[in-house]
Amino acid sequence: MLRDAWLVAGKDLRMEVRTRVGLGQVVPFAVLVLVLFGFALDPDRGILEAATPGLFWVTVLFAAVLGVQRAYAVESAEGVRDALRLSSLSAPGVFLGKTLAIAVQLVAVEVALGVGVVILYGADPGGWVLLVGSALPATAGIAAAGSLYGVLAVGLRVRETLLPLLLLPVLAPVLLAATRAFEAALDGSPADGWPWAGLLALFAVVYVGCGIGLYGTVLEES
Amino acid sequence: MTSVIHLRDVVALLGGFPALTGVDLDVSAGELVALVGANGAGKTTVLRLCAGLVPVASGTAQVLGEDLGRNARAVRSRVGLLGPSGGLYDELTASDNLRFFARASRVDLTDVERAAERFGITGRIGATPVGRLSTGQRRRVALASLVARRAELWLLDEPHAGLDAEGRDLLDSVVRSAVAAGATVVIASHDLDRTEGLGCRHVTLAGGSVTHGGDHAA
Amino acid sequence: MSIGNEQTAGTAPTVPGQSAPTGHRSTSSPLTRVLGIIVVLCIPLVVWLSFVATPPDRVQGESVRLLYVHVPSVTVAYVACFVTFVSSIMWLWKRSEWWDLVGSSAAEIGSVFTALTLVSGMIWGQITWGTAWEWDPRLTSTLFLFLLLVGYQALRAASPDRSARSRRSAVVGLLLVPNIIIVNRSVEWWRSLHQDATLFRTDLDFRIEGLMLFTWMFTTAVGMVLLVWLMFHRFRVGWLANRVEEQQLSEAVAARRAEATS
Repeated sequence: MLRDAWLVAGKDLRMEVRTRVGLGQVVPFAVLVLVLFGFALDPDRGILEAATPGLFWVTVLFAAVLGVQRAYAVESAEGVRDALRLSSLSAPGVFLGKTLAIAVQLVAVEVALGVGVVILYGADPGGWVLLVGSALPATAGIAAAGSLYGVLAVGLRVRETLLPLLLLPVLAPVLLAATRAFEAALDGSPADGWPWAGLLALFAVVYVGCGIGLYGTVLEES
Repeated sequence: MTSVIHLRDVVALLGGFPALTGVDLDVSAGELVALVGANGAGKTTVLRLCAGLVPVASGTAQVLGEDLGRNARAVRSRVGLLGPSGGLYDELTASDNLRFFARASRVDLTDVERAAERFGITGRIGATPVGRLSTGQRRRVALASLVARRAELWLLDEPHAGLDAEGRDLLDSVVRSAVAAGATVVIASHDLDRTEGLGCRHVTLAGGSVTHGGDHAA
Repeated sequence: MSIGNEQTAGTAPTVPGQSAPTGHRSTSSPLTRVLGIIVVLCIPLVVWLSFVATPPDRVQGESVRLLYVHVPSVTVAYVACFVTFVSSIMWLWKRSEWWDLVGSSAAEIGSVFTALTLVSGMIWGQITWGTAWEWDPRLTSTLFLFLLLVGYQALRAASPDRSARSRRSAVVGLLLVPNIIIVNRSVEWWRSLHQDATLFRTDLDFRIEGLMLFTWMFTTAVGMVLLVWLMFHRFRVGWLANRVEEQQLSEAVAARRAEATS
């Protein structure tokens, strides 16, 4: 299973290195959203500063929807689905591989956004231990849920519109918890943030578990 | 002779369309069979069904001794399918594609390298993303991947299309050596000269069922 | 699934629970008629109980009457959601058409009750709190339940063939309950850090007396009968739709085959 996961993740990341869709399009999109928030919420009135954690994670969710869509678009090419089903890859392995590749790309988005909020919104990255400690489980949870809901929309004509409808309500608790954890970190009161990081870890565990258990059901269909 | 494909009154649906409307087909081990018929007759669906990729809506379907209705998964790893588009990632290079599918199918990497060499996928072609290769070159990549798989049952969908004369001869020799090695080969083709040259038994399909030559007695 | 040619066109298929094919294609049976009559007879009683027989609340006044709709509908909505959850698990285990239809019927009717809960809750909130929306954990969870049920139905509507539809919606149906629990817990935790005044807890802690309690329980019971009644009909509509689909397919198979041999 882990061998298959590495294989699939390596393949996806190799594709990303070749095409640079994530780095060249999704990351700039995410930074653009930050700039747009700056226009919408007047930077001089302190709203932007107060809302920084929330805006950061809302942007991550939007980027995640795009990343998941991209991750499954490459698999839906004519004949590729057949070739994959004829291979001996295990479904949990494919799930973990897709999740890992999405997570790696999300980390790149988060790093770019982190630099963005420091420069554009004047955020002070104080409690970075909590920032990293909550961002990692949040990313794992988003990637796992995205990978599971992404495969549910594969092959449907309306997949671009259906995926956000299915995925964003599910990710709402991640937004809530990650935002609270970031608020605590930026306020300099990390003790308030760690329970939220724990909730994020729980979410990630639930979705990695559900993905391992349920992914095959969707894949085996003809 | 052991039966490799045994289909009785098989109906298959593709997105609500009755692609197969009652197919009867028998293929024995080591046979070379050509499926012929007009576009839309159901040739591709027969091949994909035999690969365990299309669900059997009704009828009996046994491939390589497994019941497709119950155990399609067991069949999938033992067949090789060459589809019209090759089933390759456009974004990856030819050699990356070969390596990925070899690892994913538990195929020995040295086998893949040997096959790649045989089909001329080396050097610059090997390092080119598949999306930028010509149709014939893509087909060669897909063929190399198929040969390395050492499948018991080969299902080839229009394999000659898009290949140059040299490529077609190469393909024929590959098919002959596969049969000599004990594999069973089913080819869907419009190129009757080629399939006759290979000595195939011809099976005619129309309207999603076999109209001529379905069982070997015929 | 049998798509074979044994099914002849023209005969009305039998609906599960009905003894014989009904001449007029209907989804009713003696049982659903009884359930329907119970609902129809009980609704005037519910109206009388909640508007006439019960007194206005000391604190909330007349607006308490909205809760006679709100609380039963939320109960029915969550029961329906739970039925979908259980049916999804059962489908993944048994892979039967029956569980697929039970799950999807419950989800569809559940989303109507969820919408009713939200609307009645917001009207009540407007009167009592002065705002239609409070980030109360229960109300927020119900909104998310509604969104998740909308997604479930959108996924079903978007899936062209039956096997993909059952399979994918069973996965989404199974995830309904964990999702709602996570949303509820996180919102509750979040709100508890800011304010502690939520519904039914502090300042609105009114006494539930005999007749009020009875009205609540009675309305909830009627809501449950209504759910079961609607589910029977929805199940049978879905079941007949599947039969029509099969019949059309077998006709298409025959037509395509005839075309080939002519």
